[in-house]
Amino acid sequence: MSVPGDLQYTKSHEWVRTDGDTATIGITEHAQDELGDVVFVELPEEGATFDAGDSFGTVESVKAVSDLYAPVGGEVVEVNTALEESPEKINEDPYGDGWILKLRTSGQGDLLSADEYQKVLDEES
Amino acid sequence: MPELRRTPLYEEHKQLGARLVDFAGWEMPVQYAGIKAEHEAVRTHAGLFDVSHMGEVVFRGPDSEAAVQRLVTRDVARLAEGQAGYAAVCYEDGGTVDDVLVYRRPEDFLIVVNASNREKDVAHFRENTADLDVEVADESDDWALLALQGPEAVGLLGNFTDTDLAGIKYYRFVEGKVDGATAILSRTGYTGEDGFELYLRPDDAPRVWKRLIEAGASPVGLGARDTLRLEAGMCLYGNELDAETTPLEAGISFAVHLTKEPQFIGQGALLREDAEGLKKKLVGFEMEGRGIARHGHTVTRGAEIVGAVTSGTQSPTLGRAIGLALVEPEVEDRFMVLIREKPVPAKTVPLPFYKREKR
Repeated sequence: MSVPGDLQYTKSHEWVRTDGDTATIGITEHAQDELGDVVFVELPEEGATFDAGDSFGTVESVKAVSDLYAPVGGEVVEVNTALEESPEKINEDPYGDGWILKLRTSGQGDLLSADEYQKVLDEES
Repeated sequence: MPELRRTPLYEEHKQLGARLVDFAGWEMPVQYAGIKAEHEAVRTHAGLFDVSHMGEVVFRGPDSEAAVQRLVTRDVARLAEGQAGYAAVCYEDGGTVDDVLVYRRPEDFLIVVNASNREKDVAHFRENTADLDVEVADESDDWALLALQGPEAVGLLGNFTDTDLAGIKYYRFVEGKVDGATAILSRTGYTGEDGFELYLRPDDAPRVWKRLIEAGASPVGLGARDTLRLEAGMCLYGNELDAETTPLEAGISFAVHLTKEPQFIGQGALLREDAEGLKKKLVGFEMEGRGIARHGHTVTRGAEIVGAVTSGTQSPTLGRAIGLALVEPEVEDRFMVLIREKPVPAKTVPLPFYKREKR
């Protein structure tokens, strides 16, 4: 499973790409593989605010429902509305077109480096 | 945790890269390539399922017919030799013990039961037939069960058997050979497609499985089995059926012969329910708002709770969120499903959601 070195991660299998005070968030390749075919995403409205660790939405596959947790705190500035029509993008391109939302960050989360996240995966398998 | 049971095909599943999960105490494949792709394979080509966890119980002896008549809701006197029938097993109060397939063989009856109910069923069968001259034998461990389903299933199977498959009508079965192995070939299934279920000896099953896969059948796991049966509007015990739900409420009255003689256990309760009106009924529905209803979600109308979702999924064939719900009898067109506390509108639709085109 791919774990890009330029991203940060959570133990709950979200990834974060930080650009200034904007954090783009998605779920990892491992997470989408565990879920299977994603058929539905439920996303917050722009302007909603979350603390690190809050549940901000859900991803559903044919069989399973999985909560999404904010890796960092902040205000939602953009959601990937393309996922409403094409949730399979999360399976096809979890680190690219399958991104879920962007936050303007207001706090630090407890994030893992790629190496640290890889260790989490190794321990789970 | 007790050790999980494995079917004779466990090694095949591992080799195919299946994701294995605990299902009713069995280590079973939930998916191989992915639920959507496997679902599609069954609807358009041919899919192969390992359902060896199902239980096989044989009724032998002079009173075998009397025993089966007492236990199941279908009138099995009307089954010809070589014919199978879907039936429910009820408690005295009409609640459902299990839903089963009854095979009438020349010398005995074979009843196929859900894996999750096997021990409970065998105990129920024996307790309620102790006064009869019948042997109730749990032969589940002597059988592997493969299901080959889809529009190409019959053609594909034809390459491995001399049996005239076209001569076997729906819900009929014969004994024959598949790739040289002794088998019961049963034209039944749980997908809404044409196909066969193959009862094989455990030692033969891995070879037959491999041959059918090599010939082009896609391996299909329990995940797609569930989406396929739900599209076909078929009940799953534990979801639509349970001890608190009668077969009439679950919409399988076609498998209940209410005027049957001799009577089955629960017949009086079902006759009363039929006369007085159902307390709840099974409906199919589609979501109108965004969201997927799931087993256990509450169904409301206005401020009132009027039922519960028994099964729900995103239908791979229809591309819509569908489900089954047990609701109060007066519920008609529309209701709300509470998805994570939020009411989402749904409308009832006729069952099944999917029906194959007969050729």
